[in-house]
Amino acid sequence: MLEALIVMLVKIVVVFTALLLTVAYMTWIERKLIADFQVRLGPTRVGPYGLLQPIADGLKLMFKEDLIPSQVDRAIFLLAPSLSIIPAFIAFAVIPFGDTTTLFGLLSKPVPLHITDIDVGLLFVFGVASLGVYGIVLAGWSSNNKYSLLGGLRSSAQLISYELSMGLSVVGVLLLASSLSLVEIVRAQAGLSWWFGILPVPNWFVFSQPLGFCIYFCCALAETNRAPFDLPEAETELVAGFHTEYSSMKFAMFFMAEYANMITVAALATTMFLGGWLGPIAPSPVWFVGKVFLMLFLFIWIRSTLPRFRYDQLMSFGWKRLLPLALLNTVITAVVAARG
Amino acid sequence: MELVLFAGLAVVAGVAALLVVVQRHAVYSALFLIITMGALAGIYILLEAHFVWVIQVIVYAGAIMVLFLFVIMLLDIRREPNPWAPPDRARILVAVVLSLVLLVELGMAVGQRLMLSPAGGPDVAGGFGTTQTVGRLLFTDFLFPFEITSIILLVAMVGAMVLAKKHQ
Repeated sequence: MLEALIVMLVKIVVVFTALLLTVAYMTWIERKLIADFQVRLGPTRVGPYGLLQPIADGLKLMFKEDLIPSQVDRAIFLLAPSLSIIPAFIAFAVIPFGDTTTLFGLLSKPVPLHITDIDVGLLFVFGVASLGVYGIVLAGWSSNNKYSLLGGLRSSAQLISYELSMGLSVVGVLLLASSLSLVEIVRAQAGLSWWFGILPVPNWFVFSQPLGFCIYFCCALAETNRAPFDLPEAETELVAGFHTEYSSMKFAMFFMAEYANMITVAALATTMFLGGWLGPIAPSPVWFVGKVFLMLFLFIWIRSTLPRFRYDQLMSFGWKRLLPLALLNTVITAVVAARG
Repeated sequence: MELVLFAGLAVVAGVAALLVVVQRHAVYSALFLIITMGALAGIYILLEAHFVWVIQVIVYAGAIMVLFLFVIMLLDIRREPNPWAPPDRARILVAVVLSLVLLVELGMAVGQRLMLSPAGGPDVAGGFGTTQTVGRLLFTDFLFPFEITSIILLVAMVGAMVLAKKHQ
């Protein structure tokens, strides 16, 4: 009992710390990569290769003056940043980041590398993610600023629209894995299969659900407010949008939430489509982290390549293209799964 | 342990539900409604109804409340008329009648449950709240009500669209 409790606590602390560090260093990775894409150097001054830049940024944000405009709805204004950051971190409670480990023989029995495995894991992630929008809407509303309100409303419209396609895009995966538990979904992707009868590929769902993966990826970009779907914070039209009135750590919390959400959707894509921790030779967490970073690299690559959508394009793309395609994918997968 | 958790969640749900009604500002009411829904979801976990719990979070706490907030913000109800002003007679009458109906209904439900199984709740098989069990029941014993519900929802959806189009 006590041992189980300690193991659980250690896992929570490790995952939380790793997430926070990744969030901080994602800013460094993103700046360096975008600098590369634009033939610049990026941060170089603080530490070797600018490696201490995120620490310096964090310290700077903490010591900035925390301004609260006088006309805001104080209680909700203070609540909003927490409301957006908490769901971003909670989702990681059910994501499996590795198989089992004995820590090189240190532990008496193997410990599974996930905080918890519930039989509705996938729905849990979606449910928690759908709560994240409150932080943004309430921030926009409580700021008592028309640009913030517009940013908040845009964001909620965008998130509601793309949540539907996102949910439908993974139904195919559920049908193939016949489980909602993320651990079971990863296990269902073990082994090799033949692609079109000639090419041997891992049994990952990205190969049997290519359309589902593409739809999920587009929706993931939209759900995390990343370019080209970053309308809620369009600087040129909205003076930054829902977080215009925020400063200091409260401003930083919105950014931490955005990066944490990015990591969550990347980890979910890895779990559902890229075989999670599965892979030869290297230990399972290495494979998981590697795949997650591959997805994150794709996010940054797309950001530095594509211009922002117009609002009407965003809506028609979500409702008229992605949603019918996701439905089609669901129907085809259901028919194939029922016959096979 | 279970009793303590239940009591805590029940108190949170009750107090938040009360605050939904007495708040002057509609946005605060909506926020307290989310808290009520969250506490109810917690009670579902205690009942081991995992699927219902997650659906509660997704459907009620997530989707419906987002739309609710939408309406509130677009209507922009900054100042409600004073809620402590004495309401008119007709309103009081309707409120009293509806409260009585609810009270009788609740009393009947609790009474029935008590008569069915005086000691504790009804016996249920382990794992009855899992997705598999709920899904199987939904598509076998309760298939007809389930399909009827979906048609009713479809009708409501089409109706809403027709109404919205009329204004253009």
